[in-house]
Amino acid sequence: MKHLLSIADLTPTDLTDLLDLTESFVEVNERPIPKVPALRGKTVVSLFFEDSTRTRLSFETAAKRLSADTMTFSVSTSSVKKGESVRDTVETIEAMGIHALVVRHASAGVPAQVSRWVRGASVINGGDGWHEHPTQALLDAFTLRQHLHTIEGRHVAIVGDIKHSRVARSDALAFTALGARVTLVAPPTLLPPSLDGWPVEVSYDLDDVLPKIDACYLLRMQRERMTEALVPSLREYASLYGLTPERADRLGPEALIMHPGPMNRGVEIAGEVTDRPNVVVIDQVRNGVAVRMAVLYSLLGGPDAAPEETDQP
Amino acid sequence: MSDDDIRRAVWRMAHEIVEANHGLHDVVLIGLQTGGVPIAAALAEALEKIEPETGADVPIGCLDVAFHRDDFGLRPVLPPALTEIPVDLTGRVVVLVDDVLFTGRTIRAALDALGDYGRARAVQLAVMVDRGHRELPIRPDYVGKNLPTRRDEMVNVSSEGVDLGELVK
Amino acid sequence: MTQLVLRGATVLDATGERRADVAVGDDGRIAAVAPDIDATGMGPAVRVLDAAGCVLTPGFVDLHTHLREPGKEEAETVESGSRCAALGGYTAILAMPNTTPAIDSAAVARLVLDLGEKALVDVHTSGAITVGREGASLAPMGEMAALGVRLFTDDGAGVQDDRLMRRAMEYAVGLRGRGQPVVLAQHCELDSLAEGGHMNEGAWSSRLGIPGIPAEAEELMVMRDLALARRTGAVVHFQHLSTAGSVELVRRAKAAGLPCTAEATTHHFTLTDAACAGYDATFKVNPPLRTADDVAAVREGLADGTIDCIATDHAPHTQEAKEQPFDQAPPGMLGLETALALALTELDLPLARIVALLSWQPARVLGLDAVHGAPIEPGAPANLCVFDPAATWTVDPDRSASRSRNNPYRGRAVRGRVRHTVVGGEPVVIDGEAQR
Repeated sequence: MKHLLSIADLTPTDLTDLLDLTESFVEVNERPIPKVPALRGKTVVSLFFEDSTRTRLSFETAAKRLSADTMTFSVSTSSVKKGESVRDTVETIEAMGIHALVVRHASAGVPAQVSRWVRGASVINGGDGWHEHPTQALLDAFTLRQHLHTIEGRHVAIVGDIKHSRVARSDALAFTALGARVTLVAPPTLLPPSLDGWPVEVSYDLDDVLPKIDACYLLRMQRERMTEALVPSLREYASLYGLTPERADRLGPEALIMHPGPMNRGVEIAGEVTDRPNVVVIDQVRNGVAVRMAVLYSLLGGPDAAPEETDQP
Repeated sequence: MSDDDIRRAVWRMAHEIVEANHGLHDVVLIGLQTGGVPIAAALAEALEKIEPETGADVPIGCLDVAFHRDDFGLRPVLPPALTEIPVDLTGRVVVLVDDVLFTGRTIRAALDALGDYGRARAVQLAVMVDRGHRELPIRPDYVGKNLPTRRDEMVNVSSEGVDLGELVK
Repeated sequence: MTQLVLRGATVLDATGERRADVAVGDDGRIAAVAPDIDATGMGPAVRVLDAAGCVLTPGFVDLHTHLREPGKEEAETVESGSRCAALGGYTAILAMPNTTPAIDSAAVARLVLDLGEKALVDVHTSGAITVGREGASLAPMGEMAALGVRLFTDDGAGVQDDRLMRRAMEYAVGLRGRGQPVVLAQHCELDSLAEGGHMNEGAWSSRLGIPGIPAEAEELMVMRDLALARRTGAVVHFQHLSTAGSVELVRRAKAAGLPCTAEATTHHFTLTDAACAGYDATFKVNPPLRTADDVAAVREGLADGTIDCIATDHAPHTQEAKEQPFDQAPPGMLGLETALALALTELDLPLARIVALLSWQPARVLGLDAVHGAPIEPGAPANLCVFDPAATWTVDPDRSASRSRNNPYRGRAVRGRVRHTVVGGEPVVIDGEAQR
């Protein structure tokens, strides 16, 4: 694995290996000194054309705990605003001698484009437009596995604005690849125009789905969807698709409530529900660091030089 | 080495550990993943027989040094094994246990990793086989067997004994 | 006086196919067409071009070329674009009006026509239907028609306002009768459905997370223009049909006797939206690449006569522009140099049918058929193309005569190669090399 651009590029075995590797980093993160020298001398750059403090901090924490050096390139303070092309930016940064680029962009496909321009650095998709957010899917899958012990055969509902969600695309791919049953729950206006080839089920009725699932994954509802006439009002959305306390009661006792954050309390999830013990949002964030450590470790390791003798083969 | 030879070597090394440390006070056994873990378990079992009062209380842990290696990037990424250190190591006497001592680089990585778990009073090294060819100033405190080898030979330690074979490349 | 002899080809035009050599006089017209013309006695000034094993046809006519001049000369110029055309076997091209400024006045039309005087092929220009192609008020179509502009379009966009489009059609009817047709051509795309979209709406756009343009954005405007043409009596030409629905609408309208014409681009019968999977904006085009079903429908339309011509929609863009994120890059792809080969390679049609789609049928849409696409006989203007239908080659955009490199067929093996192009009696391309 050279780049991490899309969950679709990973086999179920790749996914499982990454989740297994993540276990080791969860342990590292629990140590008194949660830092290992594995990536000493490597440099990881966050190339964020779209602001996301959470994701950037998670990646940078992961890199630092592996003893990599980190640099941040954010557009608000950069020459991109002055018209520099993405390609020029990438080539300039790579010339400084870096090993990985975490690319986030509001346009789908930019990490894939960047991967064609780099000479040696690994490219990690940190979220591209509506397309994918693979490390989010890995941390979500890891959190599912952590709490449900297995993903195979579990039933996960992904609820909300699927159409515009890179998280939903990556999650649906990852969960189904790992053997879960996935039901997308949304009004038709918030579903992708075509679900051809998606191994998922669709429901417009959250109340019907809730008692049947092992995890309820709520997506963030963006306010600007109101202006696009995709739903009549946030209030109507909350009343039909929001996880109210009454709806949360319909979930099975062991069923998890997940959210990629930040949560819109009162819209996709009621404020009272966020404090319930089956809400695992904080675990998702915590696991995010370990998952990103696993990704960086996998991408930046491997034999890039001639093998030498070691203690034992 | 046959399985009996290994059993006898474990027994002797356990005695040496007790003798060198004047008992088992503060001693912690840490097996290196993956070959050192069963040997550490065998040593713990022996210690319990030798010192029935204190032997059962010797904490035993395991350590994976994958993230601390200096040959990272030179070999394929293997899924690291579990690290479990049951106690704070500050003030303890840590006996690191491994199956084969070769260049010493694994032990260097292990010493580095151990530092994250507290400041041990002393760290000692027990190995079943010392095959030579050291690349670092590291020497074992307890040795099952000194086994002269060529660099390209492979040493395999298992519960059935120790084999010497050609390195499979 | 004969100045050029093309020897050994099979002559193919609207009247049929025969083995003949063709002699071209110094008046730029065909002097003789005969099975064996002996050039030895004609003197040293006569140039003899070998065309053995080749097909000699009337030159091709592209109804849809973006020359980018004025305004985007870094992407293409009249000179470089017409060079691509000559290399592709074209003898006439029609410039689209979406330049900067737009070709929406006699002055800008004059500028493009003047630039075209020095070009390798005949450069005609379209004119915008509305001022600035902004869809708000009618451009001076009469003044442009007086300069010889025969086709009006806001290409790059469709005329959104139904009432304005109706007025344009009515007005265009009144410009006829001066010995030339006046055609209203439409880039059919309803902004209200297409806006914000960057590729075909469907399974691939959903997977890739790229906002889509639904087929209905095109079909609804085809439907509207057919209805308005029926009411006004205007002659309408549908540009770059891309969906099965559009093809079917035009098929039915023609069956009902409506005098409309339609074109399809090379890419709409060779590529599908799956090509966008790598987020390479070279594959971004408008109308977008559609599904395999749409490709099949376009091919069917080309086969049964619903679609009258193959157009290129040659749309050069600089590498910098095309390396932007997919949703920011401009739409368009090169086509002039590869259209013949792709048609020969991909279309399961008789050779005569393919040449008709490239040559005399588009010429008729513009009323140019006495000059381009005319039967190859003594006295006819010598606008000719000689191509080897069996020659195989690999598309290499880096060797294009265009200033741009956005050809989506990089690396594709194709069959059929232009050897010579003759424009007004002058061999502008000889053995695949432009002569000036």
